[in-house]
Amino acid sequence: MEARALKPRTSRPAWLRQVWNCRLLYLMIIPLIVWYVMFCYVPMAGLYLAFEDFSYKGGIWGSKWVGLANFEAILTDSEFLRAFRNTLIFSFGKLLLQFPAAIILALALNEIRQPRLKKIYQTVFTFPHFISWVVMAGILKNMFASNGVINQLLTVAGMETVSPLLSMSGFRPFIWLSNIWKEVGWDTIIYMAALAGIDPGLYEAAEIDGANRWRKIWHITLPGIRSTILIMLILEIGRVMTTGASFDQVFNLYSPPIYEVSDTIDTYIYRTSFNGTKDFGYTTAVGLFKSVLGVLMMLGANKLVTACGEDGLF
Amino acid sequence: MTTQKRIRPFDLVINLLLGALALITLYPFYNVLILSFSNITAISKHTPYMWFWAWDLEGYRTIVNDPYFFSSLGNTLFVTVVGTTVNMLLSVAGAYVLSKKRLPGRGFLLTLVVIPMLFSGGMIPTYLVMKDYKLIDSIWSMILPYAVSSYYVIIMKNYFRSISPSLEEAAVIDGANDITVLLKVILPISLPFTMTFFLFYAVERWNEWWNAYLYISERRLYPLQIYLREVLINMNNQLSLMAQIKSGKKIPAESVQMATIIITALPILCVYPFVQKYFVKGVMIGSIKE
Repeated sequence: MEARALKPRTSRPAWLRQVWNCRLLYLMIIPLIVWYVMFCYVPMAGLYLAFEDFSYKGGIWGSKWVGLANFEAILTDSEFLRAFRNTLIFSFGKLLLQFPAAIILALALNEIRQPRLKKIYQTVFTFPHFISWVVMAGILKNMFASNGVINQLLTVAGMETVSPLLSMSGFRPFIWLSNIWKEVGWDTIIYMAALAGIDPGLYEAAEIDGANRWRKIWHITLPGIRSTILIMLILEIGRVMTTGASFDQVFNLYSPPIYEVSDTIDTYIYRTSFNGTKDFGYTTAVGLFKSVLGVLMMLGANKLVTACGEDGLF
Repeated sequence: MTTQKRIRPFDLVINLLLGALALITLYPFYNVLILSFSNITAISKHTPYMWFWAWDLEGYRTIVNDPYFFSSLGNTLFVTVVGTTVNMLLSVAGAYVLSKKRLPGRGFLLTLVVIPMLFSGGMIPTYLVMKDYKLIDSIWSMILPYAVSSYYVIIMKNYFRSISPSLEEAAVIDGANDITVLLKVILPISLPFTMTFFLFYAVERWNEWWNAYLYISERRLYPLQIYLREVLINMNNQLSLMAQIKSGKKIPAESVQMATIIITALPILCVYPFVQKYFVKGVMIGSIKE
């Protein structure tokens, strides 16, 4: 608004004139900036709480400063360490199972030569992605209940019944597999996009050279989507601390008897903050520790990929 | 299928595998549909159920007779309609502005948008800030925290940048300002594209449950997802009991629960097959690196 005070014909600096020319653009982006400040940056500033002993009276800005005491407490909190371990197990399981599964499914879909059939498969496989975990948990709990369809089938087949939702050994595989069921189709889309970009001439040339299907997949298709695979890998590693095991999924499926194998950092933060066992300052410190580690892991993975001469995220 | 192309065993195997996977993907939903229409006789007699042994609407009737069902449906519709509108207004305007290279301070603004993709205040600081904003137990707590997705803004910005500048220049010569260029020139030609993000946002708002779970304790403000959660966990017995007393029939809690699931997922079930291509397009555009 200062610009208005200046007379149009005076020789004000070029950059100021440019700002004035863009005044409508600034006007249009104001709501977005206000939103980012209010709902992203003010909460980020609220991480200050991680260094405080929270009191309702003082709030974020007026509670007692305790320095790194909260972080020291984290390292001796066995319940946190359990949640930390579970988070890593969920995430690395996902990385080992779902990550390759998506690539394999994309390669399989790529081999379907009828476009219509391929589209039908894709439509079916991506569908569960759009259903919330609240609904999915309802469906899964019903299917795996003692009188649910899975156990009825097992009984008919003369096998032992299962209850993965309450089983110490079965819960983790259940989380991995149900997440594959819900999300693997969606994960393939990005690879399908990359596969569509491979020059068909390469396949033709390989055919002339007498390459079979496997050789074509190995020497053309996989190298063709390598950079996409690496980018997805970096992103996935960046998610190890948070949604590696999706919070929505675990939160809607876990229960007290199996916290030992199912409690993750996020569910731990939520539960202990709101049932009053832990101080808000302490759980904020846990959250901060988690996000910092997540960002570091992503940057590390990115560095590793770029060091190998491949394209990273940045 | 073409007859002149010979079908190789490889194709047969891969189709069998993918076909089986497709069935596994869909069967759970089919199972829910069967159960939602079943009654006590069907459930006790025919196990495991692969077919509709009954077409009993009692489960649906129980839900529809619950006044809280309608209040939560209303809340979800409000959140979806208003929330998606807010999403689109902020994102389209923001992405358009960020696509302008001539804008001084563009780099700074972009950084402002990108940082939250990597880092956030986390659950507790956000909760306390929401409390300061007086958004606890307000329907806006389901709309405002997710009013913008940085990821979508960046993709949209990349797309707007790819639109030929000559279109804009022509409009500017005709005396159009930045706002009219966006409304009259850019938006009409990018409608199918922005449609994709409209759908992404709409699905997210419809499925929204976590903010409601965290910030809302008043039952009349519950969205459908939280209502469903309640039906699945706590209230199912209470609800079917009430209906049983009213109708004098025994209603399985299962069919009430499954009916609620169907109702909650119905809009997505119906719309999804027709709009799937938009979602796929959205991801493909997002995958193109700047």
